[in-house]
Amino acid sequence: MTDTYKILVVDDEPDLEPLVLQRMRRQIRSKEYEFVFACDGVDALEKLNADPTIDMVLSDINMPKMDGLTLLQQLPDVDPNLRAVIVSAYGDMDNIRTAMNRGAFDFVTKPIDFDDLKITIARTLDHLAEWREALASRDQLVALQNELSIASQLQQSILPAIPPETDGCEVSANMEPARNVGGDFYDYFKLDNEVGLVVADVSDKGIPASMFMMSSRTALKGAAIGVREPQMVLTEVNNQLQQDNPTFMFVTLIYALYNPETGLLTYSIAGHDPPMLVSADGTVTELTLTKGIAVGIAADVVYTQESVTLEPGDTVVLYTDGVTEAMNADNQQFGLGRLTEVFEGNSPESATAANEAVFERVRIFAGDAPQSDDITCLTLRRP
Amino acid sequence: MEFSHDRSGDTLVVNASGRVDGSNASDFLESLQGMFDPGDQRIILDLGGLEYISSAGLRVLLMAAQNLDKQNKSFGICSLTEAVGDVFRISGFDQIINVFPSVEDAKQG
Repeated sequence: MTDTYKILVVDDEPDLEPLVLQRMRRQIRSKEYEFVFACDGVDALEKLNADPTIDMVLSDINMPKMDGLTLLQQLPDVDPNLRAVIVSAYGDMDNIRTAMNRGAFDFVTKPIDFDDLKITIARTLDHLAEWREALASRDQLVALQNELSIASQLQQSILPAIPPETDGCEVSANMEPARNVGGDFYDYFKLDNEVGLVVADVSDKGIPASMFMMSSRTALKGAAIGVREPQMVLTEVNNQLQQDNPTFMFVTLIYALYNPETGLLTYSIAGHDPPMLVSADGTVTELTLTKGIAVGIAADVVYTQESVTLEPGDTVVLYTDGVTEAMNADNQQFGLGRLTEVFEGNSPESATAANEAVFERVRIFAGDAPQSDDITCLTLRRP
Repeated sequence: MEFSHDRSGDTLVVNASGRVDGSNASDFLESLQGMFDPGDQRIILDLGGLEYISSAGLRVLLMAAQNLDKQNKSFGICSLTEAVGDVFRISGFDQIINVFPSVEDAKQG
């Protein structure tokens, strides 16, 4: 394995090749990435078979001879460890869902936003690197502990690193994984002029939970692009995850949609602790719990949503139970009361400050007591 | 995690106390299922002494409940403390698993 990743771009649009070479010239010059191009699925398979050093595939869906969805099905026969990212029309849920079911790792939408594409490629290749490491060392792993730490690395590799930069929207998020437990994640993404925000907690731990987390995250992002209303997003995600779930994994989560222009925040909750609102004057309230249950355990669940308008200086705190159930040496829980005290009469100056305050207070409270659960907190502030 | 159980006729009442989290959830399920007899038709889990349950604990309860449901046996939990009741309410598990105020209510439900 060389240090340069080789990426196969499959598209029947001849303009894409010069565009990719131009926009990725820095990565190409520094030998970070190398690109090869194919004009349809048949051409792609020929190139993949001829060159086993290709690491990932970026493919369009609609193409002559063989389309991207058919190509996806063929990829495992070429190399089960190839990772594919699909380029789909904006909001084309059916194809996105089909692609995910056929093993696509992620997707980007047209017209291609190259900044987003760079992040997606980097994340895919990071995941691939972790995955290869896991495969290589897997044979030697006997202790459960080692397996769990791989789950935790996989988990870390899917968390977004750069918050969306938009006027009227500050976002900060952090997840501190517990040694033995994998399961929390957060996500945020731009949806036209709005921002989608996710905080989630998958039941149980280890590799299976980590896999379930991956599919939850992908299903959620796909649904968020396809349907806008948070309650519909959760309905869609639940329908997808609940279908084939013999291990009774489930995930509790909050999905919120924020409009930075108006400050309107609409959210829907699936069996998760409701978010906390810290007003600019330091008043702390818990947002209304919406109707619905944890995702993945039952069919035809009805989810509802609520809305709240953030005024300038207002902050919303989304967290997992790792925050409120953090224990100290005396077996006391941090609790909602102490979380409220962090902000009461003390409205944070930024989303980052709010986030850091939560982690600092939990750390001080827990002291030397071992951390038994992932701790996740996402803060959104209207500046 | 401590257990005791009491059987009368085809009804089994299991008392569970302590904490259920990721570290002992599978032991919890094993101990629980180890107490079931083929003749038990109604299984009631009294959680009055339960201090804490994590999502991993909820998952094993769900597995036990679905298992018993497949065998056409009734399963319910009762006597939840406020903290544990909140976990069931917020997660929505109170809509999936039968929850009763007391053992007596569970026997009639």
